[in-house]
Amino acid sequence: MDLLRFTTAGSVDDGKSTLIGRLLYDSKSIFEDQLEAVEESSRKRGDEHVNLALLTDGLKAEREQGITIDVAYRYFATPKRKFIIADTPGHIQYTRNMVTGASTANLAIILIDARKGVIEQTKRHSFIANLLRIQHLVVAINKMDLVDYSEQVYDQIVEDYRAMASRLGNIVDITFIPISALNGDNVVDKSQHMPWYQGPALLYHLEHVYIGGEENHVDARFPVQWVIRPMSDEWHDFRGYAGRVAGGVFKPGDRVTVLPSGFSTRVKAIHSPDGEKEEAYAPQSVCITLEDEIDISRGDMLVKDNNPPEVTQDIEAMICWFSSKPMPHRAKLIIRHTTRETKAVVQEVKYHVDINTLHKVEGLETFAMNDIGRISLRTAVPLIHDSYSRNRQTGSFILIDPGTNETVGAGMIV
Amino acid sequence: MPNYQLSHLDQLEAEAIFVLRETAAQFENPALLFSGGKDSIVMAWLARKAFWPAKMPFPLVHVDTGHNFPETMTYRDEFVEKVGARLVVGLVQESIDTGRVVEEKGPNASRNKLQTVTLLDTIEKYQFDACLGGGRRDEEKARAKERFFSHRDDFGQWDPKNQRPELWNLFNGRKNPGEHFRIFPLSNFTEMDIWMYIQREEIPLPSIYFSHEREIFERNGQLLAVTDFLKPQDHETVEKRIVRFRTIGDATCTGAVESHASNLDEVIAEVAAARQTERGTRADDKRSETAMEDRKKEGYF
Repeated sequence: MDLLRFTTAGSVDDGKSTLIGRLLYDSKSIFEDQLEAVEESSRKRGDEHVNLALLTDGLKAEREQGITIDVAYRYFATPKRKFIIADTPGHIQYTRNMVTGASTANLAIILIDARKGVIEQTKRHSFIANLLRIQHLVVAINKMDLVDYSEQVYDQIVEDYRAMASRLGNIVDITFIPISALNGDNVVDKSQHMPWYQGPALLYHLEHVYIGGEENHVDARFPVQWVIRPMSDEWHDFRGYAGRVAGGVFKPGDRVTVLPSGFSTRVKAIHSPDGEKEEAYAPQSVCITLEDEIDISRGDMLVKDNNPPEVTQDIEAMICWFSSKPMPHRAKLIIRHTTRETKAVVQEVKYHVDINTLHKVEGLETFAMNDIGRISLRTAVPLIHDSYSRNRQTGSFILIDPGTNETVGAGMIV
Repeated sequence: MPNYQLSHLDQLEAEAIFVLRETAAQFENPALLFSGGKDSIVMAWLARKAFWPAKMPFPLVHVDTGHNFPETMTYRDEFVEKVGARLVVGLVQESIDTGRVVEEKGPNASRNKLQTVTLLDTIEKYQFDACLGGGRRDEEKARAKERFFSHRDDFGQWDPKNQRPELWNLFNGRKNPGEHFRIFPLSNFTEMDIWMYIQREEIPLPSIYFSHEREIFERNGQLLAVTDFLKPQDHETVEKRIVRFRTIGDATCTGAVESHASNLDEVIAEVAAARQTERGTRADDKRSETAMEDRKKEGYF
């Protein structure tokens, strides 16, 4: 069984909670005691229907205010696949939460209300999905029951969306599905109301969409996380480098270069408690030993000589600002990138992106919460990196306020 | 090109090992909270893998309510011996004796809530700056919002409305002196994943996870075991039934389920067909709608 991580994007009232509730309910992932608890709470609150949003809105403040505050993770499985849903709230701190949910997703479901069509929020959601390099999009055109299951309405929305999406470069495939989350049309079972729709129901698509091409299996990258030295009689001289493969394939005998020092050596073995492995690839966590004794520590990277990564202190990136405190002019921050942490200063704000119009806005010096834009950074030590479009792991970073230790921003290296 | 696709268990394992190593690397004095329940057993198993062939670079910490099933204690000592870990025990009885907490009274008295004080005292005594916990997001609605790296303030409290965003696999463990982190490597495991992983790895478990005959009485819809710490009241009748436990916690508030599942295959079949969550057997969660969130804010596991 494999694993699909997806995120859901939609604005308020377009049926996102209902859709997730239905996927969980119809895949029998809601337990009776959970459902009873939700029924009980709904009754106490005086809701007319059983409010499935209460399944995901777990915090007291959320239940009191009837809103989702934070990203919630939900799980369900079918015999084909296990699914992890990053359910992101529709309003407050929307951009920040969707960026967070999208950073680990293979697929995004973008909900459109069939009565409203492609609106500004649809653009915003699609822009973020594209920026975070989610390769697979499902555009779920919801509330088809309220437009008489009309093929013309559906076709018009598909056409409008395609015109808008032609400006988004990273998305590999877009699948359009007309649904009614409330009635269950084309969610788990194919709808009887839309014979004109030839495609699969949503769940079938989620079960079968090919997600093998997500990791970069070409450019070998191994950020060293921890040095394993047992100091025992049995493993007297053992010195292993523990980490998670961030790209490519490593095999015993492979020639590797250690960055940033530049020393060259060979992979001696790839260890696991179950025996030595013949190869290691992303996203496996392994322990590698080398032929030569070289001084290597956390934050260094093992790479192979074809397509080496960049090693520089000057970084160009798209960032999203998360903090309610605006980014100061020429901000001095801590940057965490792969297993490396260092200081960074923001050299220049190149432009902001107005995520409603997708236009560039120049001449701004700072970022407020939820702003997205392009900056240049200077780091205290070189970052061993790739562009985010080549490798999500070696091309991403977070920014930390050195005063509060809060995570104040996230970046994707251009 | 070969198919470099990992199964879901392999992906969850790789993620958990990454988080365990990140904990060792980012903190000076971490600890692994070990209850003898299946989740903390799986976590300790993964920790052994993460640092192999070295020993895990942190102790196992058991917050002992004194109200244990004897099978769990036997298992704990054997397991600690086997993985070669150091064991630190925090005793709730000691917190009671020194007046740090007052024991609850009445037939439903439980030491579950008292554990929080003992846990926080143990953290302070040993100066732990990160505690690894076996919590999973699918367990309970407040836990669905939990981060892998969860920040706790000076008082050990959780502020769910002000959590650090977590992106990709970049975990921010920076903190001020006195603050600490709770870290949950198994966040993305479900109950079913735990059982499938136990089966795949052939991890031994305490015997009470499998069906056995036991003296049981019913209270508030729960099947509770008769122990030295929990006696039935006069109107409650004791019967012998074939049961097993889906979760293992304090013996006074962990309910049994009637079951004939006597091995892993049968347990997995039972979990797959279950229509009740595993925490449905826990009286501690049923005290109010947000019982878990309330305890977590205070510093509970």
